[in-house]
Amino acid sequence: MAASQRAELGASNVRLIKDKAARWGVTLGGGLVLMALLLIFFYLLYVVEPIFRGVEVEHQQSFAVPGQGQTVAMGMEEQSEIGYRFADNGELSFFALKQKPGTDWQPGQVLLTEQVADEPTAFAATQPQNKRYAYAVANGQARVIEPKFRSQFTNGRRLTTPVVGFANDGDLVQVDPQQRTLKQLAYEYDGESQLFAAVTADDKVIVNFLQASRSFLTGTVELQSKFAELPITGAVDNVKVTPDLSQVFVRQGNRFYVFGISRTGNVSERQILTIDRRRYGDITSMQLLAGASSVLFGHANGRVTQWFEVAGANGRQYEYIREFQAGTSAVTDIIAEYYRRTFYTVSANGEVGIFHTTSEANLYRENIDGIKADRVVIDPRANTLLMQSGDELHSFNLENEHPEVTWSGIWQEVWYEGYPEPQYVWQSTSGSDDFEPKFSLVPISFGTIKAAAYAMLFAVPIGLAAAVYTAYFMSPSVRKVVKPTVEIMEALPTVILGFLAGLWLAPLIEQYLPGIVATIILIPLAIIAFAAISTVLPKTWRNRFTDGRAALILLPIVAFVGWLSFELSPWVEQALFDGNVRQYITNELGITFDQRNSLVVGIAMGFAVIPTIFSIAEDAVFSVPKHLSNGSLALGATTWQTLTKVVLLTASPGIFSAVMMGLGRAVGETMIVLMATGNTPIMDWNIFEGMRTLSANIAVEMPESEVGSSHYRILFLAAFVLFIFTFAFNTVAELVRQRLREKYSSM
Amino acid sequence: MNKWFKSGKPYIWLTAGAVSVSLIAVLGLLALIAWRGLSFFWPAAIHEVEVQANDGSTRVIIGEVYDREEVPISRLQESGVTLEGFEGEMLERKLFKVGNREFVPLDFMWVMQPQIIRDETPQDLAVLERSKDGNFYGYVVDVLENGESVANSENLREVLFERIERAVEFNEKASDLQQGPIGAINYELNQLRLEARALDLEGQLTEAEQQRLAAEEQALNEQYKVLEKELFAYREAASRDSVVMRDMRGVDVTIPMYRVLDATFPNDMGVLSKVGHFFVQIGKFVSEDPREANTEGGVFPAIFGTVFMVLLMSVIVTPFGVIAAVYLHEYAGKNAITRLIRIAVINLAGVPSIVYGVFGLGFFVYMVGGTLDQIFYPEALPSPTFGTPGVMWSAITLAILTLPVVIVSTEEGLSRIPSTLREGSLALGATKAETLWRIILPMASPAIMTGLILAVARAAGEVAPLMLVGVVKSAPMLPVDGNFPYFHLDRKFMHLGFHIYDVGFQSPNVEAARPLVYATSFLLVTVIVGLNLTAIGVRNHLREKYRSLEH
Repeated sequence: MAASQRAELGASNVRLIKDKAARWGVTLGGGLVLMALLLIFFYLLYVVEPIFRGVEVEHQQSFAVPGQGQTVAMGMEEQSEIGYRFADNGELSFFALKQKPGTDWQPGQVLLTEQVADEPTAFAATQPQNKRYAYAVANGQARVIEPKFRSQFTNGRRLTTPVVGFANDGDLVQVDPQQRTLKQLAYEYDGESQLFAAVTADDKVIVNFLQASRSFLTGTVELQSKFAELPITGAVDNVKVTPDLSQVFVRQGNRFYVFGISRTGNVSERQILTIDRRRYGDITSMQLLAGASSVLFGHANGRVTQWFEVAGANGRQYEYIREFQAGTSAVTDIIAEYYRRTFYTVSANGEVGIFHTTSEANLYRENIDGIKADRVVIDPRANTLLMQSGDELHSFNLENEHPEVTWSGIWQEVWYEGYPEPQYVWQSTSGSDDFEPKFSLVPISFGTIKAAAYAMLFAVPIGLAAAVYTAYFMSPSVRKVVKPTVEIMEALPTVILGFLAGLWLAPLIEQYLPGIVATIILIPLAIIAFAAISTVLPKTWRNRFTDGRAALILLPIVAFVGWLSFELSPWVEQALFDGNVRQYITNELGITFDQRNSLVVGIAMGFAVIPTIFSIAEDAVFSVPKHLSNGSLALGATTWQTLTKVVLLTASPGIFSAVMMGLGRAVGETMIVLMATGNTPIMDWNIFEGMRTLSANIAVEMPESEVGSSHYRILFLAAFVLFIFTFAFNTVAELVRQRLREKYSSM
Repeated sequence: MNKWFKSGKPYIWLTAGAVSVSLIAVLGLLALIAWRGLSFFWPAAIHEVEVQANDGSTRVIIGEVYDREEVPISRLQESGVTLEGFEGEMLERKLFKVGNREFVPLDFMWVMQPQIIRDETPQDLAVLERSKDGNFYGYVVDVLENGESVANSENLREVLFERIERAVEFNEKASDLQQGPIGAINYELNQLRLEARALDLEGQLTEAEQQRLAAEEQALNEQYKVLEKELFAYREAASRDSVVMRDMRGVDVTIPMYRVLDATFPNDMGVLSKVGHFFVQIGKFVSEDPREANTEGGVFPAIFGTVFMVLLMSVIVTPFGVIAAVYLHEYAGKNAITRLIRIAVINLAGVPSIVYGVFGLGFFVYMVGGTLDQIFYPEALPSPTFGTPGVMWSAITLAILTLPVVIVSTEEGLSRIPSTLREGSLALGATKAETLWRIILPMASPAIMTGLILAVARAAGEVAPLMLVGVVKSAPMLPVDGNFPYFHLDRKFMHLGFHIYDVGFQSPNVEAARPLVYATSFLLVTVIVGLNLTAIGVRNHLREKYRSLEH
């Protein structure tokens, strides 16, 4: 007896455990939905977050400066394993920056040292990505040096060895034909031709353009010298040449000269700029930014100002653009990064600053580890910083992945290089390395709003009117057919709507524009006219045109008027617009007309949104308690009065929620806008122009963006913005609907 | 009149008009797609027209009338077209599809109606469907075997059809061989390479292993050589015959038979044979591979890819959707968490599909897939296995996207089951889990089915997220084949919706591809509307059933 009882108890225990397990399992499953949403939210955030991170600097190694003399330039190779240093005695030394497995390298150990110039009088470095250096030596001559690195793979391990390379076969170049001693030197080359600018001992500024011409017979390159003297007197502070060899900059105190060099080497004066001492402060240093379109001036008051050419009344002229506060003491050195618009400053008090021009980002400003910096240099990948402080070198790990993105840069007007004024621009990629990426989400957010607005303009009146009629007037038998028919439209793949919009509707609208306009005007007029006619018809007829069936009766009329408008369209076009509306709009009205425009998107996306709005609004109107409208009718109100004063007011939260849901759908729709617009990120409300929306932008650019790049993360940010948009709309709509349901149930 | 306006009658009519407009839009859209899609398969008459230019010279055009439109003369004059001796403001012009792509600069030609001085549809005009360069229009002149004529004017068509059939047969054998055994050998060779690399990574690539792998490779290579010989033999046999056609320039053109897929004489067809041809064409469309960068041929891989991905998605979404619905309806208390979950469901339904695509790409493909690759497929790195968009990630991404559809539908089904049934079961001593498993879920299964059908319909039409997580323009291999493990979830796939986007907007010859896009659209719309109607039917049936249960 006892045994069987225990068995029973055991069995029910198992059942209870199963029941418990089921409860836990199901609850967990329910929670998973919430988790999925949270996962999407936090994952998007997780990808976006690094773009707003600041700069992190971490100390790596410290060692004594290798080699003799004063440092004139330093550099690093791609992997940041080897550094090099040019000294004022003409010595180039390569040294290890860190220990490397497979070698006996110690940080600071000299790997190679060579005397590359004898008794140099001046020194010049190209822009960092060109990796060339020049020493001026006696008799107005110069030698161009190219530090090189050879990589070998042995047993799957890379070993890099430094090599001293010389341009021009190591020959000395006669910079000054008059053989004067050169006090200062500037040098650049564009792959073939070379440009020297120099200050001679008697304070003359000279320019020597070595134009390369390739001999077709032998294939050898010959350099032809073109010499010129610049009309400048007095001591010169800085001389610089641009990497495209088209401009020479000379600075005398706060006076800034720009000379243009033609392709044949002719020199012309382009601009003399006096930089206001009181406004900006005394200039203490000068540097070209990556891409060489901008000049940066460091000032004695610790400011750095950016100047670039802006098209104006007198052609392209250098103008003040923006400034950065690099500290309180004079800016002694500015260092440009290889490819990005990031620059580094060294102040007289040893502070190091890191800034990005496009995004106006102040990324870093500190005495790193309390060390007083004399000179810094950055590696090509911008993740190692080498700093000289007295007789010591310090290397630092630099984490600065996304300097080009700041919150203000994304949402505010930015003055991009070469643009006449600050603008909102989205242009994420380009063919060249020198390109300044333009990440403004404003034009594409604007496009999203524009597309949604035109779609709603079309969908809200039709969707709501149809919902009201279906719910309130239509006879139940007709409603049973009509409602699912309209709702089926919601299931239509948007790719098909987009395809029809782009390839069928867009050419149709272009060809029958007057017809489209006529349809919009004529159909309501025809309906009212028909209604008026129906009132004077004999009673037997009139009874058939009950309100319950009006929609079906109107079907042939609407179809006929639509057809008629299109049939008449060419004649109207002929009579009013000289046979070509498109030309009329472009030439006479001065409005741009694209074939795939907002009108097309409005109509196509309107159709995608109508069923959403219709379905929810219809439910809301239909579930208004019948006793409310019956009471109103019993008190003598007409059906229309009852509808507007009682039913619609009661159902208004539901209608609001329908519109919000529709808006949410229009904002996130991708395929229709992708296919029916030109996808150009412009900011213009013109109905005859296209737009680019957030969603289409993601669809277009995401497959091509590099994983982890700023571009990739900004696209995630676009997705995040969309997520937040629609989250807000949907949540508000759902909360309103829940409250409405409670209200109805209490009535 | 004023009073009439005040009564609100006109406004009621206007709202009725809105319903009419919506209905016309829906039905018109479906009709447009159906008409354009189906007419693609109907054999169109081939016209031979003689066109006289302004200077009196004439030329012959052979082709299908593809489009026609009315143009104002003034617009033509602006674009430099002059017509002499023609009065009136409007003018009709026709677009002819003339095919013969390798001989004419444009395979479409506009012709002004008044310039046509002769328009005939001779019965002997034939259209050859070719595997390259599109259709060929012209008269069949002769059939050649090894360059010798084998037909006379009496049996020309018979011989032509017979020879086409023979060539097609050999072509099929060759492609079967290529995709079957030869594909398998290539797959195995690749597997051997990966195996060697895997052993190397583990440090176990011994001499013995190396020899074994080399021997296997050698064996495969030998098999390959045999098959290759066979393949060349088939190709040789297929290229024995050719057909001579006279085109619209009056030039005789010899077309090798292995390029010809089919020949029709549409002008010589009765209605019955046209209907027959219509259905044959539809059959080919759904069963054949695409040709010419997807602008011709069938859409079989796209259908297969869509169905496979959707099935995979169904397997994932159903359990989760049902469990979540059961929780919400049967277990959840009336508390804040439940409300939060409900808001989450609504939001999951409302989040734009492209956001799912972005999430899928970042989270599933790069994060999860990348990790899987490092753990399970280190031998294939740096080329990714699961760390790249593929059919599995697409299915999972769409499963999250369609989760709310299943939840909402299942919950509705659960709410229709009378509570007396639950109470009865509980009163008889069943636990809640037993009630759920034995009573509630079986009764709710049609509702679950409805949800699943709606989810499938939604997923089949979704394109934007798939563009990021796995769909491609043209997949060389289906995700299911005869090579172990038979289901290749890491492969990319083709999809009907993306096919429409790609062919309609990214193909080099949009004009020629447009009918195919309409046909694909029609196919997709038929499937989706069909699924939706089924779901609505099931749901209505269910409502009726429970209405009777309640009494």
